[in-house]
Amino acid sequence: MADVKKIATRDSYGNALAALGAEHENLVVLDADLAGATKTGVFKKAFPDRHFDCGIAEADMICVAAGMSTTGLVPFASSFAMFAAGRAFEQVRNSIGYPHLNVKIGATHGGISVGEDGASHQCCEDFALMRSIPGMVVICPADDVEARAAVKAAYEYEGPVYLRFGRLAIPVFHEEGFDFQIGKGEILRDGTDVAIIANGLLVYEAIQAGEALAEKGINAMIINMATVKPLDEELVLAAAKKCGKVITCEEHSVIGGLGEAVCSLLSEKLPTKVVRIGVNDEFGHSGPAGALLKQFGLSAEHIVETAVELCK
Amino acid sequence: MTPNEKKQLQITACKVRMGIIDATHGAKAGHPGGSLSAADMFTYLYFKELNIDPANPKWENRDRFVLSKGHTAPGLYAALANRGFFPVEDLPTLRHIDSYLQGHPNMNTVPGVDMSTGSLGQGISCAAGMALGLKHQGNPARVYTLLGDGEIQEGQVWEACMFAAHYKLDNFCVIVDNNGLQIDGNIADVMSPYPIVDKLEAFGFKVLPIDGHDFDQIEAAFNTARETKGQPTAIVMKTTKGKDVSYMENNAGWHGKAPNDAEHEQAINELKAILAELEGK
Repeated sequence: MADVKKIATRDSYGNALAALGAEHENLVVLDADLAGATKTGVFKKAFPDRHFDCGIAEADMICVAAGMSTTGLVPFASSFAMFAAGRAFEQVRNSIGYPHLNVKIGATHGGISVGEDGASHQCCEDFALMRSIPGMVVICPADDVEARAAVKAAYEYEGPVYLRFGRLAIPVFHEEGFDFQIGKGEILRDGTDVAIIANGLLVYEAIQAGEALAEKGINAMIINMATVKPLDEELVLAAAKKCGKVITCEEHSVIGGLGEAVCSLLSEKLPTKVVRIGVNDEFGHSGPAGALLKQFGLSAEHIVETAVELCK
Repeated sequence: MTPNEKKQLQITACKVRMGIIDATHGAKAGHPGGSLSAADMFTYLYFKELNIDPANPKWENRDRFVLSKGHTAPGLYAALANRGFFPVEDLPTLRHIDSYLQGHPNMNTVPGVDMSTGSLGQGISCAAGMALGLKHQGNPARVYTLLGDGEIQEGQVWEACMFAAHYKLDNFCVIVDNNGLQIDGNIADVMSPYPIVDKLEAFGFKVLPIDGHDFDQIEAAFNTARETKGQPTAIVMKTTKGKDVSYMENNAGWHGKAPNDAEHEQAINELKAILAELEGK
């Protein structure tokens, strides 16, 4: 697997913005002194007059984006997930969500794979926060191809969208030209014994797990659920019905994210055993991203162990 | 401004104040104090300053107004209704279940409202974003926002001020209603924001301190604001909270309380007397 191309989805974000910016004059980008890290600097280089730095003032940036959107522009407001969804939650809720404005929030550095910066910057609560806002779309793409497609889909969608990207370079497994649709999950491997529903960097881990499980005689269905909200309910119900057992995988707290969305749906419409893999009710800490992911059980190995246990 | 023009504005302001009283009485809730202190400003904005069209509230070249101190929605609604955006008769449905007149401004339900506000400190940033968006697209429309003097205790207000000056938003005008009172008492006692003028100047604004109940001063300030280039303008207006309703004036207790039937009648009678005098009856 050493020859698999790896790209961080934050890079995909910057590249997608630059590509879309060439086609759409009304696309503007805001950042809060992190253009180098969120990769909106790529857009800034191409379109300096459409990139607005707001300084270290995320609350102001989110509301500025809201105001700009009312004049016909399509702003992408960018920061780390911790500050875009966390610090500015109430601004997102009241100034973007409540008036349902056409603002896109590009949040990079989601999850514990932020690595060495430690818990203060490792946001594992953003799905929970953004999901709770009526009308908010929440997307966490799984690789470079999907990330770029998701940025384009977000631009074309009328209404607020939260996009979560990562800092860590991760394998690219989608073919170029992949058709991403908001609210549509993707079956990557069909199976009958257990449905593994993942998003973000856990999707590639789930694919690896699916292969390892097959060798152990367990036929796993692998689903990429990039859109956390609105959830592809039809696909989740079909997968649960077919497999009878579900594992969710996300680089997010087990509280309030994809796992909980799946549990809520199934408990009401098709009670099914679900095991949630994610960050348990604890903070992360400093360390290399790869080592942290292993330590927190966000790995193919842990998915395999969990599936084997569940299928006993 | 001719004496007759000024008298007309005073008459309209009195009607706006009646609307505020009727709305909060009908709602049995709401914020009359800070609505009344800004009633002359609301009137001047909607009857003289803003380039707007009540028949086309979403006209893309309109001037924008964002009520950053969103709790004074009764004042905004009364001005909008008197200006013809919706019927004055609807004002007493304020805050009623299923009424379009939400407790705080909702841009998607109330014709003429340019931004949903209510959470203090956010409206000024949204307004700055509008100003930047319009400027970026070469639209000559201007953006105005009204803040409470208590509201400027919110840190985000100063983030927005930094932003407006940094981007040289000379199409942007911030108005601070310095009525001196907030829910818990005198702003100077609760958490002093003074000196307001000096702070705004330090943040890069052209600052114009005025009497917010004097239409000549309001007009002069807006004229200066329009002529000011390369920086945003802030009008800091000294006002009386509860203005023109005797028992509400300078009383923090009337920040967020509605008049009962007897108080409503008294307030309306006081305003009717002012109106009769203005109309020379």
